[in-house]
Amino acid sequence: MTATATPEAPAEVDLGGEARARRTDRGFRALVTLAGLTVLIVLGLILVTTSVRAWPAFSEEGPFGFMFGTRWAPNDDVFGTFPMLYGTLVTSVIAMIIAVPVSIGIALFITEVAHRRARKYIVTVIDLLATVPSVVFGLVGVLVVVPAITPAYQWFADLVAPVPGLNAVFDETNTGRNYITASLVLAIMAIPIITSIAREVFATVPETDKQAAYALGATRWEMVKGAILPHSFGGLVGASMLGLGRAMGETIAVALVIGGSVSMSANLFEPGNTMAAIIAQQWGESSGLHTDALIAIGVELFAITVIINFLARVVVRRAEIKMKGAHS
Amino acid sequence: MKLNRRTIFGTLTAGALAMSMAACGGGGSDDEGGSGDLASGELNASGASFPDAFYATAIEAYAEVNPDLMVTYNATGSGTGKSEFGEGLNDFAGTDSLVGDDDGVEAGSFQYIPTVAAPITVSYNLPGVDGLQIDQETLAGIFQGDITAWNDPAIAAANPEATLPDTAITLAVRSDGSGTTTNFSKFLDEATEAWTLGSGDTIEWPGNAVAGEKNTGVAQVIQDTEGAIGYVDLADANEVGLVTAAVENADGAFVAPSLEGATAALDGAVVEDDLSYNPLNAAGAEAYPITAPTYLLIRTEYEDADIAAGVKEFVEYLLTDGQELAAEADFAALPAGLQEQALEALNSTIAD
Repeated sequence: MTATATPEAPAEVDLGGEARARRTDRGFRALVTLAGLTVLIVLGLILVTTSVRAWPAFSEEGPFGFMFGTRWAPNDDVFGTFPMLYGTLVTSVIAMIIAVPVSIGIALFITEVAHRRARKYIVTVIDLLATVPSVVFGLVGVLVVVPAITPAYQWFADLVAPVPGLNAVFDETNTGRNYITASLVLAIMAIPIITSIAREVFATVPETDKQAAYALGATRWEMVKGAILPHSFGGLVGASMLGLGRAMGETIAVALVIGGSVSMSANLFEPGNTMAAIIAQQWGESSGLHTDALIAIGVELFAITVIINFLARVVVRRAEIKMKGAHS
Repeated sequence: MKLNRRTIFGTLTAGALAMSMAACGGGGSDDEGGSGDLASGELNASGASFPDAFYATAIEAYAEVNPDLMVTYNATGSGTGKSEFGEGLNDFAGTDSLVGDDDGVEAGSFQYIPTVAAPITVSYNLPGVDGLQIDQETLAGIFQGDITAWNDPAIAAANPEATLPDTAITLAVRSDGSGTTTNFSKFLDEATEAWTLGSGDTIEWPGNAVAGEKNTGVAQVIQDTEGAIGYVDLADANEVGLVTAAVENADGAFVAPSLEGATAALDGAVVEDDLSYNPLNAAGAEAYPITAPTYLLIRTEYEDADIAAGVKEFVEYLLTDGQELAAEADFAALPAGLQEQALEALNSTIAD
């Protein structure tokens, strides 16, 4: 199909051969439809093959036991993934709490505040950050951040020790490999992604809206609050979701810094583990049901990501309807 | 996603392997007339990462002995090595653990060849305290979380001269499933009454455990965590200069990890008919109690005669001249008797 479509493409320019042009059009249509379908097919195949291989683990534990069991003991053939699910959610959520405001700040700085000449360089640097391989973040995390930050954690734990509640979340530690370090690394990895999309989103805010805000006597902050942010809400949720997806699926950087302990702790200074990380850690030496259980974690992660994306879509749609309602 | 990529990668390597086997099969028959006694072609092996340093050294040295036989050893881990062996994806496999029922390797299709052994050190990070002695029951208590501070009376009892701080104990363990974990937990399981966590390549460690990836990762955790104690192979412990503890052996003597101690443990171990042996907690006053064996799996039947000849030649090298390289990589050579038995098994498994 490719072969017939490409050489004929210029024919469309000379408006003479209408029949030929129509044929080309049909070829083009088929081609892009196929490209579009590829995504669905690949996704479907991944889901089917992994589910089939994961089946023994799911049926051993039951889907509920697999997801909410707290004991992961491959040598006893017991597979409960709740500690990893907890780790994934905790680290991703903390990473987003850090990354989303910072990214929006950077994007606003670039689009509204920075000098036009400086803008170009800042954008390049942020994009460079996005191209750094994740294993590099992981290695920097484990070799530089972990040893350096441990005293800071201990200082902070001592500081909040008298505060009830906080002292449970930030309790004593003597290791830098923990949920917080993993969250910090994830936040830094998610920032370039969220920033570059947020920047694109802010760029789509009509100039007239902004001028109108200024004309009404708004300060720059009031303009951002009144014109830019409401207009960009859907896009920002989308950007955050992409960042969240990266954080939840990130494997090697997390595997290096989270401490790889299959336990749950409210103390964020304790080591834990995430779903993606444990697959990478235990895959090599696994066999039999253990392997199936690791694949099943992959399926579980996939399902959770789909659900979260779906929820995000609902949020965006609601917000848009509300906004349009307010406008009319 | 990760898994899918791996599958694709597996398929690619399988394809490449098939092609290379076809290529060297053809090559072999071409120069069958003139190539003399040395085998040629490519050998593909994968498996345990524990002995990787030794195999890498041996492969490098072997390339000078016979440059026509290209050997690659992929340190994928024992589990992957065994399952690839079962699927026919490698020519021989390295493993730290024996073949189990669900490893995908058919009984009778392989022969164990012991190659080297190495001590697993108990290394710790406690500034100002070195030469610590740990008895077996205390070691079990520490690693199952019963003993949580360094100044615990159980530790102090064996070290009357040391000044022990009240630092909390952090366990440094493996995040990946590992033959090193298998051997370490098996030692505690067999040697002590107190141990309740069983043995296996992954253990449900207590809450004060921090895991690192591979031996290097565990060594890293110990190095940057004050109060940490963990199990690491001797090569990696020496690499980062960790302080190691002397561990009580079956004769009640405290022995620091060393290659001599490991060889002494091999001497004291009972070798089974299939050449598997258990040097853990072996008898002998000099024997280091946590000494781990490692094996190669070779096939009882090779479809390709050139591959068979190559495997035989290379493994023979490992068991003879290669043994002298073991110490260089911080591994203990086999004692003469076991070396002899391994060569015999090799010769009877792969006939000339």
